[in-house]
Amino acid sequence: MTNNIVEIDNLSFGYKGRLLHKGINMVFPRGKVVAIMGGSGSGKTTLLRLIGGQIKPSKGEVRVHGDVVHKQDRDGIFKLRRKMGMLFQQGALFTDLSVYENVAFPMRELTDLPDSMIRDLVLMKLNAVGLRGAHTLMPAELSGGMARRVALARAIALDPAIMMYDEPFAGLDPISMGVICSLIRSLNDALGATSIIVSHDVKETFLIADYVYFVANGVVTAEGTPDDLMKSTLPFVHQFVHGDKDGPVPFHYPAGNYQTELLKQR
Amino acid sequence: MTKSNPLVSIIKTLQGIGHRMVERIWRLGAGARLFFLTIVYSGESFKRFHLTMREIYSTGVMSLLIIIVSAFFVGMVLALQGYNTLQKYGSSEAIGVLVSLSLVRELGPVVTALLFAGRAGTAITAEIGLMKTTEQLSAMEMMAVNPIARVVAPRFWAGVISMPILATLFSMVGILGGYIVAVPLIGVDEGAFWSQMQANVDFQSDIVNGIIKSLVFGVACTMIALFEGFDAPPTAEGVSRATTRTVVISSLTVLGFDFVLTSFMMVI
Repeated sequence: MTNNIVEIDNLSFGYKGRLLHKGINMVFPRGKVVAIMGGSGSGKTTLLRLIGGQIKPSKGEVRVHGDVVHKQDRDGIFKLRRKMGMLFQQGALFTDLSVYENVAFPMRELTDLPDSMIRDLVLMKLNAVGLRGAHTLMPAELSGGMARRVALARAIALDPAIMMYDEPFAGLDPISMGVICSLIRSLNDALGATSIIVSHDVKETFLIADYVYFVANGVVTAEGTPDDLMKSTLPFVHQFVHGDKDGPVPFHYPAGNYQTELLKQR
Repeated sequence: MTKSNPLVSIIKTLQGIGHRMVERIWRLGAGARLFFLTIVYSGESFKRFHLTMREIYSTGVMSLLIIIVSAFFVGMVLALQGYNTLQKYGSSEAIGVLVSLSLVRELGPVVTALLFAGRAGTAITAEIGLMKTTEQLSAMEMMAVNPIARVVAPRFWAGVISMPILATLFSMVGILGGYIVAVPLIGVDEGAFWSQMQANVDFQSDIVNGIIKSLVFGVACTMIALFEGFDAPPTAEGVSRATTRTVVISSLTVLGFDFVLTSFMMVI
């Protein structure tokens, strides 16, 4: 039996006549933290949506636990999603529910657990992210980092086998970033889950990832362990990892001749 | 400057018209699909009726103030204007009938629906639009929770249940406003006011038909508000436009449906 929890096989996806992914292959082994990196607009988040079955590929397939995601009916997709947890970029907390109710939400909706057990589980999850004391607060009263941690507690509420993180470090201060970083790794190891991180924050991602895929121009341009990629001489990887201003990814958006445009009569 | 070809501009105009028509038909279809799915998934929301009750509070109960105040003024104005005309024909005692029939048959359901669209409809659209913008609906889907069953259906039934109750209250308060102007202020005979109303307002053809109208308006206004929120582009501008569309489309739909329903009710 394969050890890969999620497999992306020759996947292509596009919309409005533009192909965003052109034959992508990736595997996400059990118990590992795997990162998908690439510039803005390279289709990283779209890959998470394809894994979650929110959109269908144009070609190829995504398999979760061996089941082809886009061939499932609605019940089948929901069954697969119960094995998944997802941390959204802005947390996506339900603004009309308290921190406690947000974390309790998946338990109330998807299980028949009694209130007393839900209470214990919610407090355990909040304790794991260090926010047990904030359970009465409303999302509007939380800082960005706290909101992200509450969303993380909600994502792990039902102990998912697959955790997906969409830009988990974006817009956080260094302390919150460090907290989220260590939580992702420790929760993955504690739950025995498989984590997929979509990010463009090199330092934090390389610190916790076991394996990294680089996506650019719709294909996987490089892959390997963080150590391998740090030493990579591939121009794109070098530019991305070291944050060079210019390189294979140009600084300027494609445009006509600068001088001609300036001198053009209005 | 190059001179534009008139044929090209005609083709572009026709393309634009065609594009807008196709878009409107597509939206109509998408709205009908959402309505169908809402009915299909309503069973799940009925199982947890507390969700619908919470929405009845925010859409129905929270609209009470604007409904009651408006109804009171509408009733008073009706009595004033009605008395002015009726006294010329020596039938000022019929003021009670005029006020009650106007309210129960037309103004109650129609004005309530227009106020509902402005107060509760916009709130529903903005709330769902923002839930979409902040990825709350996506989060729900990823948690294997159906947003139509959890978010849309309870709001839909809350609107459908609230509207007839609000319209009935509107008519009652309006009649009270009319009474205050007609009897204590103008001096119309109190016995004539109530007895003529009792004799001329029919339960089936007036009151029940008014309730049927408000039920239809409840379905239309709530569904338009829900669809606009669900379909709003996930940007600040998108939500703002969707909220405006809710008021415009709901108001036009209510007025159009009112004519159609009134015609049917008169024939039947």
